[in-house]
Amino acid sequence: MRPSAVRLLNILVPIKRAVDYAVKIRVNPEQTGIDLNVKHSMNPFDEIAVEEAVRIRERLKDAVKSIKVVTIGPPKSAETLRTALAMGADSAVHVEIPESAPSPEPLGVAKTLKALIERQKEGVDVVILGKQAIDDDAGQTGQMLAGLMGWSQATFASKVEVNPEQKVANITREIDGGLEELRCKLPVIITTDLRQVQLLNEPRYASLPNIMKAKKKPVEKLTAAELGVDITPRLETIKVTEPPKRVGGGKVANVDELLAKLKEAGITGKRA
Amino acid sequence: MAVLVIPEQLESRRGEMGPSVSLVQTLAQTRRCRHNISEKSIEDLVHARAPLRLSECPQLNMLRARISQLNRVLARSYATAAPPHALVFLEHRQGDLDSASLSALTAASQLGGQVTGLVVGSPEEVPSVVEKARRLNGLNTLLHCASPQYSTSLPETISPLLERLLSQNSPFTHVVSAHSSSAKSILPRVAAKLDVPAVSDITSLEHDAASGSTTFTRPIYAGNAISTVRASSSIPIKFFTVRSTAFAAAGAGDAAESEVKALDSVEVSDVPTEHISTSLTKSDRPDLGVASRVVSGGRALKNAETFQSTLYPLADALGAAVGASRAAVDAGYADNSLQVGQTGKVVAPELYMALGISGAIQHLAGMKDSKLIVAVNKDPDAPIFQVADVGLVADLFEVVPELVEKLKQ
Repeated sequence: MRPSAVRLLNILVPIKRAVDYAVKIRVNPEQTGIDLNVKHSMNPFDEIAVEEAVRIRERLKDAVKSIKVVTIGPPKSAETLRTALAMGADSAVHVEIPESAPSPEPLGVAKTLKALIERQKEGVDVVILGKQAIDDDAGQTGQMLAGLMGWSQATFASKVEVNPEQKVANITREIDGGLEELRCKLPVIITTDLRQVQLLNEPRYASLPNIMKAKKKPVEKLTAAELGVDITPRLETIKVTEPPKRVGGGKVANVDELLAKLKEAGITGKRA
Repeated sequence: MAVLVIPEQLESRRGEMGPSVSLVQTLAQTRRCRHNISEKSIEDLVHARAPLRLSECPQLNMLRARISQLNRVLARSYATAAPPHALVFLEHRQGDLDSASLSALTAASQLGGQVTGLVVGSPEEVPSVVEKARRLNGLNTLLHCASPQYSTSLPETISPLLERLLSQNSPFTHVVSAHSSSAKSILPRVAAKLDVPAVSDITSLEHDAASGSTTFTRPIYAGNAISTVRASSSIPIKFFTVRSTAFAAAGAGDAAESEVKALDSVEVSDVPTEHISTSLTKSDRPDLGVASRVVSGGRALKNAETFQSTLYPLADALGAAVGASRAAVDAGYADNSLQVGQTGKVVAPELYMALGISGAIQHLAGMKDSKLIVAVNKDPDAPIFQVADVGLVADLFEVVPELVEKLKQ
């Protein structure tokens, strides 16, 4: 127990550059993956994570000492870091992997994040991640990091209230069929769900002045080797294919025809 | 070698049983005294791995799993890969098993080896769940563990139990669960501790017993591509979660009851996370995730009042669950738990009615495996019509009341 009243919070936000959510993706002819020469942007759940970190600072003011964003990815991921810096993060770490290297698995990412957390001299109190990336849809990294660190975890968070004096966070989570409220001791790993969008409005757009300012914010470059972690994927991707095509069955003219089609499929009204 | 494959829960009984090698003798004695069978035929029986009839002797029932363990010892001495043995995390709510867990059990059975279920919960819940789970088809063994600490499923308290079960002398080659919010929170945490990757939301699987590798398919990019991945034998325990709509739910059958064993809980002192409250959305309608019919509304429903007054009568007339597009949820018309799509629930009902939903790819990801898709939309160019089996271009505020009326006739 230290006598000092408030320990300042350091927040870490891992983010990922992914194919933009609105892009209609195409599987490449070699069936090794999808065509990546399309628009990329920050994973939407990570945008919410960055937004949440910035809002925690807006609420707690000086109690938040730093917001650091980190990404593990090819050189182009630097753009994603700049976006997060323009949204309000203070500094960034880019763990760079070669353009041609396979994308690391959640376990590799979690190990890298652990190594990064251990390098932070002032420690990390809150890690906020998106609940899943919209490219691999795995949804594992936050939980894996919590396991490796042995920290408290709150997945699918829709509401976050950090209390720096008591070193706890009250978190409302989305669970199957409803909501759950937890009180987590810091340090804590939080993964964001979409509800924040609804409750707290959309993640902000970076204004031009902030984009200019972001260019001056520090970005540290590292490699996985420098962090002493192996991020080689352990699962072997054999192939990536198109899902079976679903073809629309055409239109009907009115409710009666619609009901006839339903009846044909054996669907009638529920007997009361 | 023998010690390596004796699961922890058996080890505790080794004192009374003696080393596992003596199981054959014990079995022989038990049988001989009851049925006067020659020692030779007992040995034949054991080595041929003939099924033992439960009715013959209660002790045999107790011994059955140990025999299978013994067989494993014999098999392992010359086989390269361990035979698959899946641990299925069985979730439950209010005394009933979650149907998504029953789909996970079906997936686990497809590995072609032993299947052990695990029920974890409070001392009040566990007995009734065990009573139902022991009769499930496809389950060889049922482990259960009760503690007040497990009454709310916190990953921080449940993970240590799984870690103990899976570390060192574990017989398990696979850890399986539904892709539920609770299992999604717990399993990756455990996998990371054991330094193994995990595979999320699989839609099919195939295990190659000779090489000890398992191949999975799973949707990526919101279901717009299907990835086939292989977990080789270098991953000693393969964690995966199962998309419930891709596997039928295992039923309770006439099959022999599984052997039931209690586990000691792993009490965690100074848990960093405290459960404050749970609030479940109450509804008389079927649960969205498992409903055979779903009526879903989008932004065209205008507001929360018209969403309810329009969709609920239709859902009731069809006996359907109510769903919503992300647009409707974001606009506050419907609760977040009703969201269908990449970031919400994935459903595959007999009938999916999309009302006032344009059909963004994120929404299609959550419902395109439905058997019959019906769309009602004012916009004839809405993308939903490209997947709908039956489309009607019309104002839903006119169509739905008419539908309700005619369905009631």
